[in-house]
Amino acid sequence: MADLSKQLQADVILAGKDKRPLNIIGGNSKAWYGREVVGEPLSLAEHEGILAYQPKELTLKVRAGTKLSVIADALDEHRQRLPFDPPYFGESATIGGTMACNFSGPRRPYAGSARDFMLGCNIINGKGEALHFGGEVMKNVAGFDVSRLMVGSLGTLGVLLDVSLKVLPHREAEQTVALPASFAESIAIMSKWAATPLPVTAMCSDGDFVYFRICGTNSAVQRSMKEIGGTMHGGGFQLWKDLREHELPYFDDPRPLYRLSLPSAAPFASLEGVLVSDWFIGWGGAQRWLKSDLPLTVVQAYAKSLGGTASIFRHGNRGDEMFAPLPAPVMALHQRLKASFDPHRILNVGRMYKDL
Amino acid sequence: MDSKQQQIIIDLQAILPAASLLTSKEALTPYECDGLSIHKGLPLAVALPETLAQAQAIVRSCTKAKVPIISRGAGTGLAGGAMPTQGAVVLSLAKFNEILEIDEHNLTATVQPGVRNLVISQAVAHLNLYYAPDPSSQIACTIGGNVAENSGGVHCLKYGLTVHNVLGLKILGIDGEIFELGGKALDNVGYDLLALMHGSEGLLGIVVEVTVKLLPKPELAQVVLAAFDDVEKAGQSVGDIIAAGIVPAGLEMMDALAIQAAEAYAHVGYPINAQAIVLCEVDGTTNSVADYIARVEKVLHEAGATEVRTSQDEVQRLQFWAGRKAAFPAVGRLAPDYYCMDGTIPKAKLPEVLKQISVWSEAFGLPVANVFHAGDGNMHPLILYDANKAGELKKTEAFGQKILELCVQVGGTITGEHGVGVEKLDAMCVQFGAAELSQFLAIKDAFDADGLLNPGKAVPSLHRCAELGRMHVHNGQLPHPELERF
Repeated sequence: MADLSKQLQADVILAGKDKRPLNIIGGNSKAWYGREVVGEPLSLAEHEGILAYQPKELTLKVRAGTKLSVIADALDEHRQRLPFDPPYFGESATIGGTMACNFSGPRRPYAGSARDFMLGCNIINGKGEALHFGGEVMKNVAGFDVSRLMVGSLGTLGVLLDVSLKVLPHREAEQTVALPASFAESIAIMSKWAATPLPVTAMCSDGDFVYFRICGTNSAVQRSMKEIGGTMHGGGFQLWKDLREHELPYFDDPRPLYRLSLPSAAPFASLEGVLVSDWFIGWGGAQRWLKSDLPLTVVQAYAKSLGGTASIFRHGNRGDEMFAPLPAPVMALHQRLKASFDPHRILNVGRMYKDL
Repeated sequence: MDSKQQQIIIDLQAILPAASLLTSKEALTPYECDGLSIHKGLPLAVALPETLAQAQAIVRSCTKAKVPIISRGAGTGLAGGAMPTQGAVVLSLAKFNEILEIDEHNLTATVQPGVRNLVISQAVAHLNLYYAPDPSSQIACTIGGNVAENSGGVHCLKYGLTVHNVLGLKILGIDGEIFELGGKALDNVGYDLLALMHGSEGLLGIVVEVTVKLLPKPELAQVVLAAFDDVEKAGQSVGDIIAAGIVPAGLEMMDALAIQAAEAYAHVGYPINAQAIVLCEVDGTTNSVADYIARVEKVLHEAGATEVRTSQDEVQRLQFWAGRKAAFPAVGRLAPDYYCMDGTIPKAKLPEVLKQISVWSEAFGLPVANVFHAGDGNMHPLILYDANKAGELKKTEAFGQKILELCVQVGGTITGEHGVGVEKLDAMCVQFGAAELSQFLAIKDAFDADGLLNPGKAVPSLHRCAELGRMHVHNGQLPHPELERF
């Protein structure tokens, strides 16, 4: 447990003076995500430790370099958890990297995303100023919501020093059921159950089966299983973990992995040159994976026609753009915001978009 | 009226039919304030466009003439966020009141900003769906205003604030162009401007379309009412419920004065001799509600409740809530005026904060009734006063400011859900240092370089904070060293 904030601040100030770009690194477990960054490493790994955890307040304040596994253990002791079920993608994963990427797991459509549980943070902006936004309470509308703006900004606006998060209790019972269904059928089935109050906390489809995870009190789980039907899937716990960590056989492939964020009920229509087995559908239809050598422009056009976006999640050429392009006026806002936080252009320059 | 102002009126007359442009004093007066009526001002004009093209033209004219624009929904805000300033044009979005699409497959509704909060839930009730955030003004307040304030409500401990329930926005920028953020998908690429727009109080853009998430209606909701002979015990029970692994749909608390006022007003059978009551609602499937209600009852008994009642049907559930929901008007009968505060604190600090408020209440000679979104630490002390007594409003505001400063001291915030507006500009100086305020101003600048969107609200200038003298002190260092002090 070390407080390196003063050192980190000094490093950023110095880098700003010399206009030396920095590459912010937590556990280095997601180094493959986004575009390549050229810059001197700024390591947050040792800036770690739980600063405050109040189970009765449902709040947790941790330094950015704290490992997800350390957080999970601390919460588990009080039968609580990070509600957004973050993927680790490696044992060294930290909360700082997780929030900077806005990564959420299979529970996301039903519980919320990483950004939804962000309450406050301390950051160092590109001018080397240590700033505090948000707070450690659930409701706070004082000032612009910079804390949530930081989530998913890939370190391009500031160095996260610590974050305050809302946590939730564990559910006591959990079961997974599977029903045979094609992708198209799966979307219809998932949409149907999403519109009911049953306590479903994850839904996905591999094109052969649609899987449901049900969490709640024992009686609620038993009843929901009966209503949804299908067969009980004994390996449920492993399935959701492997999906979250991309350790299912589906993900073992050298081709670029596209992540499509779509309206959950968007029809399943394949793309030319793509096999049905190249797809995997998660988040009840709202997040679809595609393994393909097609260019980003083609996949993005497809996603756009369905009301969403496509980005290359892994295995792309990291010198090119990895994320769906932004409309010009929105990109202009991004650039002005970037300039307001990082006028010397030293923080993770180009990690999100070439011109950011 | 100067020539610039005359010109803008002529421009607006060319854009809008006569009935959609108000300029006379009589017509402008209803717009002189929002729900916080102690702050007032008359605008230059009120524009009520009916089409996006009109709204765009108005914005372009104002931008060209450098005339400030104050967007306004229903005007139910409680912090003066929609209060007009002299020489500004109020852009009312009241006529944009159509539900554009209900998508029952993707569980979304796309609506215009002037649609009232409750109307959305009513429009999808036949599908067994609803829109979750329920600010107490939900009959009147509009969804555009909800976005601007990031409104909460009684159920946000479980279902979140507006920011958690909006998937997409269309924004009219200060250049008159419209851009889209999000849509019907869950996650988006780029910076989370969708989140940034929430609670930005009309300073960054004008909300012209909102896509909200719809939720399936829970099968059952039940509420437990527990009476306590001691406020501290009641406060403790709130933490105990959370610690028992329960996430209530609503978790509220009222103190003795609020209980008595509510009962006298609503006649719902509240225990009038109690020092505090806790209302705890659980919702979900019938099975899970039965399980959790049994647990809530047990926790409340163990916490020392003198009485625990559970609603047996929907009529009784609504009755239990009726008193709480009528708390503000009920308290309004106790004194000619009341001033509603909106600080959030860590729940554990509740006894300490309530004790201090009662000490100040005596010292100021102003009674306080407390209603409290206990589950998420958002407190609404209602200070009773009489505006017709000389100096009493000033005294009330000073008392209020002290409460907000106390909220910050114990690790909380100056506003949980009402926003900063004009009301809490000074309190912002307590909550934030010069560096944070400068960053806020730089964000504002990125969206609105000329400072024409609702200027003078939400974020105080550094000068204001320096002059106030009651400043944020961080690590023992006085802020704003660059400013001269007298």
